[in-house]
Amino acid sequence: MIVARTGNEAMAEAMRQINPDVVAAYPITPATEIVQHFASYVADGLVTTEYVPAESEHSALSACIGAAAAGARVMTATAAQGLALMHEMLFIASGMRLPIVLCLVNRALSSPINIHCDHSDSLASRDSGWLQIFTENPQEAYDTTIMAVKIAEEILLPVMVTTDGFIISHGMERVELIDDDKVPEWLGERKAPYTLLDVDNPITIGMLDLQDYYFEHKRQEIEAMNNALPVIEKVQKDFGDTFGRYYPIVDEYRMEDAEVAVLVMGSTGGTGKVAVDRMRKKGKKVGLVRCRVYRPFPRERMLKAITKVKVLGIMDRADTLSTLGGHLYNDCRSILYESEARPLLKNYIYGLGGRDISIEEIETVFEQLLEIKERGRVDKEIVYYGVRGE
Amino acid sequence: MVLLEIRWHGRGGQGAKTAALLFADAAVETGKYIQAFPEYGPERMGAPVFAFNRLSDEPILQHCGIKNPDIVVVLDSTLMETIDVTEGLKEDGILLVNTQKTSKEIREQLKIKSEKTRIYVVDASKIAKEILKMDIPNTPMLGALIKVSKLLEFEPMLESVRKRLEHKFPNRPDVVENNIKAIIRAYEEVKE
Amino acid sequence: MKKEKKGWKELPLGLVWQSGTSQEFETGDWRSDKPIWDAKKCTHCLICWIYCPDSAIIIKDGKVQGIDYRYCKGCGICAEECPPKVKAITMVREEK
Repeated sequence: MIVARTGNEAMAEAMRQINPDVVAAYPITPATEIVQHFASYVADGLVTTEYVPAESEHSALSACIGAAAAGARVMTATAAQGLALMHEMLFIASGMRLPIVLCLVNRALSSPINIHCDHSDSLASRDSGWLQIFTENPQEAYDTTIMAVKIAEEILLPVMVTTDGFIISHGMERVELIDDDKVPEWLGERKAPYTLLDVDNPITIGMLDLQDYYFEHKRQEIEAMNNALPVIEKVQKDFGDTFGRYYPIVDEYRMEDAEVAVLVMGSTGGTGKVAVDRMRKKGKKVGLVRCRVYRPFPRERMLKAITKVKVLGIMDRADTLSTLGGHLYNDCRSILYESEARPLLKNYIYGLGGRDISIEEIETVFEQLLEIKERGRVDKEIVYYGVRGE
Repeated sequence: MVLLEIRWHGRGGQGAKTAALLFADAAVETGKYIQAFPEYGPERMGAPVFAFNRLSDEPILQHCGIKNPDIVVVLDSTLMETIDVTEGLKEDGILLVNTQKTSKEIREQLKIKSEKTRIYVVDASKIAKEILKMDIPNTPMLGALIKVSKLLEFEPMLESVRKRLEHKFPNRPDVVENNIKAIIRAYEEVKE
Repeated sequence: MKKEKKGWKELPLGLVWQSGTSQEFETGDWRSDKPIWDAKKCTHCLICWIYCPDSAIIIKDGKVQGIDYRYCKGCGICAEECPPKVKAITMVREEK
């Protein structure tokens, strides 16, 4: 069925079709509508979910952790400060290997207080052992939310699916929905390897784990992350074979013969593709790479994509506040260390607090990258793009 | 159709965002690709607000703001005292205003020189007050927009708007019917 | 008492352990004072069994059989709670 949905509505529709056993959440702009719509599905009897309106995000994720440990299929949604308040529990969810799916609407972290999009919230949680998948539009947000359930349950790690706050969460677009009965059919029941409520096979979960075992359990978790990419790829292929929409780990756009490219995440992927088309019309060989799966970092695929070009502009919608530039920039510098082909890198920190990024601005980035290619060197590695006074 | 971009001007509470969403929703049903998005600041009743639409036969990829709209819709003509509603409007674009004035008067008021810019007017507030008993001009303006943009066929659009309203007001068939009436009347009354 | 600990590949997935593992944890070696139970004096009121924090009082058919020194931490609660007129449990230094 083809409908018009905002990103939030699309994610709520996905949750309705998934019909999780438990949803525990606390509202926060711009993710409020996801749970608001879902609460109405609960009230209208469209889902059989146990819905827990918690008193804070910390409690919401705590409730999710308890329910997931009991063997339930569990989901929640939040943004910015909400994710920050969940921070402690994020590590507990991943450490206990609980396949919770979290719909995250990317919003700038305070302070200064702001409700609009940047990626500082999810990126501040990048080391929490959660998978992070950044989506470009409402359709991808919908599809990825459904896929995330399967990915999480197979890897036994929690998954964050993100949309750009307001730009996607409140932006209405054409979305193709899967038939209601097809989603649970494709997902199947959650088969937890062990559950708290299995009285015939009693277990201890989340126990004290000191010098003698903590490291071994952490090593297992690291291994799960190391092995996650093939699982994501398999689920994405299965989803595509079943429903006709295929998604990549790393999205490459017109990269075949590109000489320079930009690397982005989230909704800027779409805007950037239009900029690529315009540059190509002018005869400029440019391309775009979009990092869709950010955690685990797709080392091999990213290397393959970015080493096709001579100059790469890495556009980060957050800064690490460390003097080292943005997150993607640091990840890419790291993977390029042993690489024989090493493109020149320039880091553009842009769009903080929801500052718009236009097609023309990305075209200007391409012009600068082409200039760098001519000159053969980068003068200033990290620039703040679109900020007044630079 | 290449890509058409629309900017809605209204005041908080007048339904600029709802109109943009309704327009997008109806257009999708007729097979188009669409976008509808508001520009959010702090929510406040009465303050100037914007909403936007993109419309195309092809998938729409960009997610940036709209700077050079093809059509500007003004839900409240008093906004024109404080805001330059023609900012960025393409020279051969369309300005559609909810007003009692004539398009000639609007052209003079806004000092629009180019003859290529077409100006349409409709007294949507009067229509809303008479039919809906409230000054909520967004649905009548939707009717006027469909007429002046010539983008979409009126009957299928009307049907999908009706569906959306029925979904929004499941127990208020009177509200649905009156909104439909208001849309039809604005469609008929809008003039250059 | 030393046991070979498992490597990360052998451990069950996730932060999960079989239940009742405290049985494998013999707290008897924490003991510096040792309760001595006198079968002749004991009236089998089971107050010691109720109070023992380590379930170290061995019971069979409702009668005290002795003390399980694998788990007894030597806290002395049993000796303290044994009724004054009975005094069937006395604490002695854990020295050979």
